[in-house]
Amino acid sequence: MMSAWSPWDWFSLLGHFLSLSLLAVGGAMTTAPDMHRYLVGERHWLTDGEFSASITLAQAAPGPNVLFVALMGWNVGIHAAGGIAAGTTAWMGGFLGMCLAMLGCLLPSTTLTFVAARWGHSNRELRAVRAFKTGMAPVVIGLIGATGWLLATSDAHSPTAWHRWLLSAGVAVLVWKSRVHLLWLLAAGALLGAIGWV
Amino acid sequence: MHPLRPRSPAHLFWAFSWLSLQGFGGVHAVVQRELVERHQWLSREEFLEDWAVAQILPGPNAVNLSLMVGDRYFGWRGAMAALAGMLAFPLGIVLCLAVLFAGISDMPQVQGMLRGMGAVAAGLVTASGLKLIPALKRNALGTPVCTGLLAATFIAAGWLRLPLFWILLLPGGCSCLWAYRCLGPSAHQGPAAGADQP
Repeated sequence: MMSAWSPWDWFSLLGHFLSLSLLAVGGAMTTAPDMHRYLVGERHWLTDGEFSASITLAQAAPGPNVLFVALMGWNVGIHAAGGIAAGTTAWMGGFLGMCLAMLGCLLPSTTLTFVAARWGHSNRELRAVRAFKTGMAPVVIGLIGATGWLLATSDAHSPTAWHRWLLSAGVAVLVWKSRVHLLWLLAAGALLGAIGWV
Repeated sequence: MHPLRPRSPAHLFWAFSWLSLQGFGGVHAVVQRELVERHQWLSREEFLEDWAVAQILPGPNAVNLSLMVGDRYFGWRGAMAALAGMLAFPLGIVLCLAVLFAGISDMPQVQGMLRGMGAVAAGLVTASGLKLIPALKRNALGTPVCTGLLAATFIAAGWLRLPLFWILLLPGGCSCLWAYRCLGPSAHQGPAAGADQP
């Protein structure tokens, strides 16, 4: 699809993620539509399948969901180096793509968070800062609840949907009322999924 | 203020690594469990305040939270240690998965495992929201207002699926303004003193 990349191409990759970083209020996933527009539509650096596989995989694997950005950078880099058949060159391309994507995605937002959170902490007695924290507390709990609801009710039309709701509700009550280890529950979920119950 | 705190940046790194490695389907399901219940570095109230800041600033919430917590104990070294812990091991795992996954992603068992773990993750997120509700007892807004705001946010985000921007602006903004009024001009009282007012 594309042969050797010029430095300018790598720079555009970094620039795209830098430009989205400060727009990602609520997490990097909110900027995924724009990544799709640029990486898949405009530049043809990724296929549709690679784009959605990057998101699914990062959500299933442990760690923050922002790692889907790393996978996109990895895939773009491998293409840029001439595909996986290019051997070591492809791995180096993938690594460079991953680093640039993560750097661009995280550098502006983490810098802002670092400065803003320090300011907020050293001014925590200010009425406005206390009002922000007091006022946001119920909203944050509502948002966490809504996230759980959205995760549980996605793909509601499949025949085993009510099995999954049962599993989600059971896990919620169990974790709420007991101290069972989370990894056991995840393992149980994986097992129930592998045998086809959910 | 708290008897328990991380011993060193290395301690932060390992604690956040372990936290992150349990975060299948995103880390927000386990941060509350690890930081508030297991390590007890934050009270429920502090966790809510920090999570509100992490939500409202751009960038991945979990990454923002790790920076803020790390910075509070060991300055920028702590922030970097916590951030590295949050990202390093999961990044390695997700890359290995991406390389291996290319061959097996179509297997129904693998798809089923992802579905099952997704259902468990939904339950975990819901439980972490339920566990934070008692933290609202000391909120200066009072229980009825808190309940109303929580429900409004849940409906706006979970059912109406409004973009996060509007949720933070409308329920969030109104709530903060109301809290500003409730807290009164006495800027040097702690949150506990605010709760004693009728």
